[in-house]
This record gives sequence, C-alpha cells and structure tokens, in this order.
Amino acid sequence: MQARRLKAALALAASAALAVGAAGCAKSERDGGDSGEAKTGGTFVFAGAGDPKNFDPIFNDDGESFRPVRQMFDTLITHKPGTAELEGGLAESWDHDAEGKVWTFKLRQGVKFHDGTPFNAAAVCYNFDRWYNMKGAAAQSQMIYYMDVFGGFAKNDSPDAGKSIYNKCEAKDDGTAVLTLNQYKGAFPGAFALTSLSIASPDALKKYDADTVKQNGDSFEYSAFANEHPVGTGPFIFGGWDKAKGEITLNRNPDYWGDKAKVDKLIIKIIKDENTRKQELRAGTVQGIDFPAPADRKALEGEGFNVINRPAFNILYLGINQKNPKLKDLRVRQAIAYALNRQQLVQTKGPGGTKVADQFMPDTVLGYAPDVQKYDYNPEKAKQLLKEAGAENLTLNFYYPTDVSRPYMPNPQEIFTVLANDLGAVGIKVNGVARPWNGGYKDDVQQFGKQDLHILGWTGDYNDPGNFVGTFFGRAKTEFGDAAMTEMFDAIAKADGTVDEAGKKAAWEQVNRDIAAKWLPAVPIWHAPPAIVVTKNVKGLVASPLTDERFNTVSVS
Amino acid sequence: MSDPMTRPGVTSPRDGSGLPASDLSAGDRPGVEEKPEGVTRDLGRLGDRKKARLDELARATADKGGVSLVRDAFRRLRRNPVAIVGASIVGIFILVAIFAPLLAPHDPAQRFDELTKNLTVDNIPGASSEFPLGSDPLGRDFLSRLIYGSRQTLFVGVVATLIGLGLGVLIGALAGAFGGWVDNILMRFTDVMLALPALLLAISLVAMASRSSQWTVIFAVAVVNVPIFARLLRGSMLAQRESDHVLAARALGVKGRSIVLRHMLPNAMTAVIVQATLTLSTAILEAASLSFLGLGDPDINRAEWGLMLGVDGQRYFEVRPELAYYPAIAIIVVALGFTLLGEAMREALDPKNRR
Amino acid sequence: MLRVIVRRLLQLAVTLIALSALIFVWLRNLPGGPVEALLGERATPERRALLIKALGYDQPILVQYAKFMQRVVTGDFGNSIRTGDPVSEVIGRAFPATIELAVVAMIIAIGLGVPLGYLAARHHGRLLDNLSIAGTLLGISIPIFFLGYLLKDVFTQNIHWFPPSGRISTGLDNTNVTGFFVLDGLLTREFDATADALWHLILPAFTLATIPLAVIVRITRASVLDVLNEDYVRTAEAKGLRHRVIRGRHILRNALLPVVTTIGLQTGALLSGAVLTEKVYNWGGLGTLITDSISGGRDYPVLQALILLAALVFVVVNLLVDLSYAFIDPRVRVR
Repeated sequence: MQARRLKAALALAASAALAVGAAGCAKSERDGGDSGEAKTGGTFVFAGAGDPKNFDPIFNDDGESFRPVRQMFDTLITHKPGTAELEGGLAESWDHDAEGKVWTFKLRQGVKFHDGTPFNAAAVCYNFDRWYNMKGAAAQSQMIYYMDVFGGFAKNDSPDAGKSIYNKCEAKDDGTAVLTLNQYKGAFPGAFALTSLSIASPDALKKYDADTVKQNGDSFEYSAFANEHPVGTGPFIFGGWDKAKGEITLNRNPDYWGDKAKVDKLIIKIIKDENTRKQELRAGTVQGIDFPAPADRKALEGEGFNVINRPAFNILYLGINQKNPKLKDLRVRQAIAYALNRQQLVQTKGPGGTKVADQFMPDTVLGYAPDVQKYDYNPEKAKQLLKEAGAENLTLNFYYPTDVSRPYMPNPQEIFTVLANDLGAVGIKVNGVARPWNGGYKDDVQQFGKQDLHILGWTGDYNDPGNFVGTFFGRAKTEFGDAAMTEMFDAIAKADGTVDEAGKKAAWEQVNRDIAAKWLPAVPIWHAPPAIVVTKNVKGLVASPLTDERFNTVSVS
Repeated sequence: MSDPMTRPGVTSPRDGSGLPASDLSAGDRPGVEEKPEGVTRDLGRLGDRKKARLDELARATADKGGVSLVRDAFRRLRRNPVAIVGASIVGIFILVAIFAPLLAPHDPAQRFDELTKNLTVDNIPGASSEFPLGSDPLGRDFLSRLIYGSRQTLFVGVVATLIGLGLGVLIGALAGAFGGWVDNILMRFTDVMLALPALLLAISLVAMASRSSQWTVIFAVAVVNVPIFARLLRGSMLAQRESDHVLAARALGVKGRSIVLRHMLPNAMTAVIVQATLTLSTAILEAASLSFLGLGDPDINRAEWGLMLGVDGQRYFEVRPELAYYPAIAIIVVALGFTLLGEAMREALDPKNRR
Repeated sequence: MLRVIVRRLLQLAVTLIALSALIFVWLRNLPGGPVEALLGERATPERRALLIKALGYDQPILVQYAKFMQRVVTGDFGNSIRTGDPVSEVIGRAFPATIELAVVAMIIAIGLGVPLGYLAARHHGRLLDNLSIAGTLLGISIPIFFLGYLLKDVFTQNIHWFPPSGRISTGLDNTNVTGFFVLDGLLTREFDATADALWHLILPAFTLATIPLAVIVRITRASVLDVLNEDYVRTAEAKGLRHRVIRGRHILRNALLPVVTTIGLQTGALLSGAVLTEKVYNWGGLGTLITDSISGGRDYPVLQALILLAALVFVVVNLLVDLSYAFIDPRVRVR
C-alpha cells in the first residue's frame, strides 16, 4: 500500500519533469511560426484584467466585458483605429435631419452574422426595438448605456427611469434603416459607436432567449445568448469560456466583412493581478497584457516589449463639496487649485505620458478650449486668497478610496497623500478619510456627499463633451453640493442641445472657460494614458483611447 | 479525571484547524516539548493537543507558588543563549522605537525636494549622503521611515496583543473563577473562535467593519488572540482552585473575589506573559498580511513595516527591491526575537526542566 | 444515543439559522456593497434606484431574509452578484483548487519534514541539527507572501523554471471532470495535463508548505529525541538489533504519533496560508474567492454561502468528534 503510493508519487514527479521539457518545446514551436502578410494563423493570448460579466453587449458597461464583445460584435458607427473619431462600421454612412431627430443609416451590404443569417435594416431595427421594449426591472437595470443615451423604455419598470427619446426604427429597404428620436441629444452620433449598442443576430437573440434576465435572489441570471451563444458580425466567433481556467476562447471568422483576423484563435486570459500579468508576459505564456503597472512600463520597454500608451481619454479630478459653506466661496476653491502642485504630482506619480489637466476633458474631445484660466502652482497666492476669504483655519475632510486601481487613478492612496501634503503647506488642515472603493466610497461621496474634498475620475465612452463635462456638472449633484449653480447647468444643457457642429464646439468651449474661471466646482488634476503591452513578435495592434482595440489586425510571428 | 481541562464533554475538541496564533508565523509553536505519550493514549483527541499545550503552560505556573517559580525561571533564562539573543533583539527594537525621533535623521512624513526632483513612478532615487537609504515612493527619507516604522509596528503589535489579552483574560477569568455553566458557555465560544483559521477570522472581521482604519486592523488581529488567552487563563485558574494556597486562603476566610484577584490572577499571569510575548510576533506578521491583501491600514502616510512591505514593497519591487527587503528583514528579525524570547521563557517555566 | 444525536442536530439547525440571519442583516447594513460595485463611477440617483429595486433591496430586510431562506432550503444559494454564476458553481470551482494546493503542500511538508526532523534528532547538537533549527525558525518568522514573492521572482523571472501563475497552461485542451486538474489528467489519461498541473503546483505548494514544514521538522525532532532516550530503544541497541529495525520498528513508529497529530492540526491552519499564497500565484481557489468577494463589492450571496459553509463544517465536525468520544470512552456522557 505504502510502496504503491510512493511509486505513484515518483511517476508523477517524473511526469512533472517531462512537462518542463515539453513546455519548452511548445514554446520554441510557437516562436518559429511562419510570418505572412495576410493570415498568419496561430494563437494570440492576451491577458485581461478581470472577469467579463457576460457577452450580451446591451447588458454590459465595463471594459473587461467589452473586450471579448468587441471582437465578436460590430456597431453601426465605429471609431477610426487609434482615435476617438467616428467612421462607418456596419453603416457605411449616416445622415440626420436639421433637428437631429431623424437618423438615416446606409448599411453595408453582404454582411452575415456568425450564424449565417443576413445583416440588414430589419436586423438593425430589431435590435433597437428589442432594447426599447425590454421588460423587467432586472433587465432594465442592467442596460446602463442604453439608459444613458435613450433615457427610458417603452414601459418603465421603475418610476425613476425617464421618458425615452427613442421613437421608432424603420427598415426603408434592406440597406437603409431610419431611426426617429423624440428629441436630439449631444450624444449623437457618437453614441452609436458605443460597444453596448452593438448589433446582434435577431435569430440568435430569439433562439437563445436573450431578453430573459432572471432575478435569482439578489443577483441576475443571464440568458444562454449572453453566456454561451453570443452571435454578432465581428471578426471572431465565440468559442467558449472556461471559468475554472479563466480563459475565453474566440475563433477566427473566415467570412468577416472587414479585415479578416490574422490569427486563427484568440484567447483572453483573465489575470487580475497586474504584477502577475507582467510576469506571465515575461514567461512567454501570454503575448499581450492590458494595464501594466505604471512602475513597470519602463522596465518592460527596456526588455524589448512593445509598450503602447493609449492616448489619454480620461480625467482625474479633485472634487470640492459646496455643502461646506466655506467652500461656497470661489476664492477658497481657487486657493485649493493654486495650492496643488499638479506638475510635481504628474512627474512623480503619473504613469508615463501623463499630462496636467486644466479642464475636464482631454484635448481630443470637441469643445476643448485651449485658453481656459490655468491655476499654476502658487502657494503664496493660495494663502492670500484664503486670507481674503477669511478661511485661514480651514479643516477639510478629504475622502479617498482604497482597494482600487483605475486607469486614471492607479494608486489613489499615494495621490491623496501628495495632494493632502500640498494643502497642508498652505495651512489647510486635512483630515483624510479612507473608504474601500466598493465598500462605501462612491456611496459616501456621490450619494451622501459626506466629504469636503475627494478624488474621483472618469474614462470617456465616446467623443462627446457631454460625456465628460455634462456627466459631472450637467445637473446638481450631491457629489459637489452645487445645487445653486443653475447658470452652469443651463449653459451645459444649451451646449448639449446644439445640433450644428460649429455652434456646438463654440458653446462647449465657452462652458469650459467659464468652469475654470467662474465656477470651479472641482479641480482637474491629470489625464493619464493607460498602456497596453505586447511581445515583440506581435504586430498590428492599434491601441485605442477608448480601449476599443480590435484584434483582427493582430498577427503573431 | 482530576483535571477538568481534559473533560471531553466540556472541551469539545475541534476539527484540527489550528491555534490561530500559529498559522502565520509560529506554526505549532515548536520547541515546545510535545508529549508523545499524551497522544499515544488516544488519537481521537486530535483537537485537544493545542488546548492541552496551552493548558500545560497554565498548569506549569499554577502548581507551585508563583514567586519562586518565576525566580527559578529567570535564573535559567539568564543562562540560556537563545533567551539572550531573543531578549537583545526585542530590547533593541523597543529602544529604537522609543528613541526614534533621536535616531531618525529626518521627519518621516516630509517630502524632500532633493528626492522628488528625480522621483518618477518608475525611478526612486537611491542612497545619497544625506539620505543613506534613499527615497521612498513619495520622496520621503526611507531610513527615517524605517526607524519610525519600529514605533508603529510595536504599537500595532502591543496594542493588538493587549486588547486580545484583556478580553481573553476577562473571559478566561470568568470561566475559571466560576466554572460550571458559565465556563461551559464561554469555552464553547472560544472553541469556535479557536477553530477558525486566524487570517480568515481577521479578514472576516475587517470585512465586517464598516470603516477601515488602523484600529480595524489592530482589533482584527487582537480578536484572533482572545480565545488563546482565555483558554490559557482559565486553565491556570482551574488548576489553582484546588491548589494549596487557594485552599489555605479559603480556609482563612478570604472572600471569593479577593482570592481570585489577589491569589489566582497574579499566579496565572506568568503563563499569560509568555504567551503574550509569542503573540507579539504573530500580531506583527498578521498586520503585514492584511496590508498585503489590501485590507490593512489605509493610511500610507503612517510608517509601519507591515504596511511598507505589503503595499510599497509589493508595488515597487522591481523599481527598488530595497523597499521590500528592509521592512521584510526588520519584520523577520523582530518576529524571530519575540519567538525566541517567548520560547525560552516557556522552556524555563516548564516543570520538566526544573529538576 | 439517538436522542442525543437528534437533539444535537436540532441545535445545529437553530445555530445555523441564527448565524445566517446575523450575517444576512449585518452584511446588508454595511456601507457600500453590490449596488455600488455594479454602478462604478456611473452612479446616478435614477440608476441606483433602478438597481436597488431590481435587486430587491428596497424591501424590508425581513422579507429579503425570508426569501433568502426560502431558496436556501431548496439548496439554492442564489447567484454571485459579481459574475452571475450560481454560488454552488462558484464555490465548486474554487474548492478543488484550494484542496489540490493544500494536499500537495502537505505532501511536501511531510515528505521533507519527517526525514529532516529525524536526521536532525539523530545528529543532535551537530551542524545539521543547528541548521535545521535555524531554518525552521526562519520559516515561521518570514511573512509567507514575501517568501512567495521572492520564490516567484527567482524561479519564474530570473530563471524560467516554473510558470508564474495559474493552475494550468493557457490553451491546454484538457477535460474537466472533477475540477482537480491533476486527478482529471489521470482519469482521462491526459497525462500531459497532469504533468502540466503539477508543474504549476510546485512553487505555490512549496510556499504554502513552509510553515507546516517548519513545524513538522521541529515536532519530529523533539519527539524522536524523546524516544531515543526511552529505555526500550536503549535496550534494543544493547541487544544489538540492526539499525534499520530499530529505526523502523522502535523509533519512528513511536515518534510519529505526535507528528501525525500535528499534521492534522496544520491541515486546518493551511487555509490561512492559502489565502496569501493564492493571491501571490493568481490561484483560483477559495482564498481568492473570499478576497475577491469582499473587495469586488461584497458579493452577499457568495460571502453568505462561504460563511455558512464554514460554520456548518465546523459544527458538524465538532458534533462527530463529541459523538466519537462517547464511543471510544463509554464513561463520557455526551451532553
């Protein structure tokens, strides 16, 4: 008995030793693959940073879910690779009436879904109608982006949802879909490029019961469509999701309408720890990783990896809560802005390529004003302003999150420590309050407004100033305690409602100028570019400011 | 069974999960003389071993008058090189903590322009004449932070141990003094806590806290140690209830409360102090583990070794590994010091060595 | 006896219900949680209200609890809020990973610890003995996550002997039967999968094994030393019995009993180390599940199930041990 076990153990040990050798062989085979121009074959293994929720685009709102979804689905309008500019996707072109209410899409011909059914205007309208007519509080509550854009449903299952601006969608002919809205919104046409509004196969949606979101206890159970049979038009076809191993397998779509994928297989491997992602990259087990730790980028570059900085499409800001009467005084808010040495913060703690922010949107967004009032580091001026405002003995509760890392905020505790230090230098007493990101931080600052100061940020979804500035300051929020700033809300609403592009640009530029000079409800801190890293033999990856990377152009040699 | 400790119906042995204090550092507290014969008798009493060891320590200090025993033990300790090494480490550690402001060349919270000048997220300035160990990730003097770190580390360890000890002593004293159903209920309770793996218990406590601060960490680490002290004290008290000096006191008409406070508690404290010494090392290690898991003290402004190792040491390991190495070495040495001292003390108190 | 068992089972049920209620209410009264986690930065009052309604958090807590219990009695613990998978599936995936890791760690600890301890005792006071004592002291004083980091850095980054993380190589097409990858490979005759899984296991298992290894070395050493001084060993030696016989029949057999006890104790203690080890090596086990469920927005259903599971295991084992006492020792009256 004992002896037999021992033998078995020895056998296992021997086989382990063999495996070391075998893996070595496998690696060298991969390295020696052929390198052609078009299809190169092989497998591209990319390490993502978290589990996707499911694969039904409409029920998702986070980057980790969108990563696989973007490989399997297309949107009507898409982004030019590497930019936030729009170009034709499933719709070759689009047009709207003068009021911005009727949108006509000329659709690409001959496109087929993965299940062989044709993509046409009827399919497009089926998708829009599906979203608009979605039933059940569970399903509706998960359609974050749809709600953002359209505001409501045919029948709202919660009184808190508003009236929908969606009116109808008509298939004029196979290649023309006409969408009618009740009201124009600045979000269009950018919103049509949202991954969440990807077009899925109507057949598969019906067959796999996509609309059924079951509530089980206090969580949601999604349909077979969302979990096992996502069917779109994208360059990759769903292969499977092995949850025990944390691997999503996608296979090449040989009938893709655009640039067909160069690799045969794409595996998205989920590795939550940034340090481990880097180590796997070095070990050669993955060929690409997302979100390397800022501290590791230079080292990886030095080792010959290709570190690609995405153009920054985000903002980190210091929120000021005017619930505190002292902070109602513009001079005090300006003093805070002057007190912060943002240049030094960017240099010492910003990921490579970080820039000081002087307004609440990156310069690639329409309506960015180059001439806003800037608050360069000036502690003397800060002290003086505080004195003028009679707020020399200011004590502020500064909330900051723990247990989180966001692309715009890789390390909130360090950022807090530096900012608090700067504020202390001008005589503002800072009382730091730490809260776990998912353990009350956002609730405390956004819902209850318990803080005087806090740090938070945002990554843009599409090229629209309303998606940045409008989100923060478009209406009164407890986060800023700014209910009295109606002038600001009106200005933003007006800018958002302007259909004509030149007028829209001018209106938003003025909003940005006024925010910096007149209102200053918060202090913009920085725009930090998130990075993506691939091994040297990976070619063709185009990093997107919106993290909208499509891997069909990627080849592994 | 004259010893109430080993009455199975009462003590309800557990599922073999360990003595919490042992998980992270001291394991099963070796060096402790295991008594093979005790186990040969029945293997079914797996869970009893941990308790048995605690109880043995308790008995050791109880079966004789406390004073002569302590004097005896002290004499032995002075001749034991292990004890001397342990005591020296602990002594130096405490001295550094006390005199940190004198020893540290700089203010540990101050950011220096000389250091921030060349500081980026992937470059942390190294040693210079003014800053012998270079910068920390925020441009502060790393050496000063390490020196001040001894303070906070000692603080976390001592306060966590004291709270654990205080609560444990309260429970243990109540159980030991009253016996009967009070004892039964309290010991069931401590058994449950003793059964949970220490770190898991600490994690759950941190997760159950509504806000995180240095105190949640201290409290979580402390609670893990409560059952250990409780059982230890109870064992000692129960053993004494039948002992000569207590009987004598009772015969002389000393009041019950007075017996407990004047006679039983002081005698029991010897064992408790030994255990507290050992607990200090685990408390420091557990605080570091919580930091590593992201559940530790959120204020990185505070210089504490566990925090420095678990947060900065991890994040900047490739940029400047020293940020991990120095606090790690400090923690290891200090944990070792407390372990050596504690084990030497336990050995010295062991009646077997008194012959 | 039967009556005692029935009564204890009833007690168990009451305890579990009380505990579940406590956890249920407590968790839900903490700040933050699933709604906050699901909404991220995009929380608006409308969205929050919609989600709270959809999740049923707008109902009185007692109603929520009643609904929860209703499902639990049918064996349904709900779905993870984070991933949407049934809780049973989530735990079912993590459980084998942790057990596999713990078992291999224990094999390493025993396989190295017992011989080392024995050798140290036989070389009492000499170099080997002192080295092993120093080593074990270091083993129990080093923060395990730091050790894991060092091992990982050396063996996966400097010399590429082992894979840095995970349980099996990416893209390896293995069949999942039991969730124990090593076992699955053997069952399905996919020996490459078994080998691959073992290759992934080595570093994490060694990391996790350090503390039990140190403990086992010391206990073995102490207990062999004790036995060596026993009269029967001396007698055996005096009788001129062969070394192997003495070692096997007299010393080891007697010395191993306390070691076996210690091993039992350490198995439970491994769980603490597993939380740290799993985080270092991105190992998808229970430890990772617990920490993820906490920081990923307090995944109520998963946390509730985990805590209840732990309590259940504890109480049942406790009961079994109490009962077994009664069988072993008839004098003991189980209360």
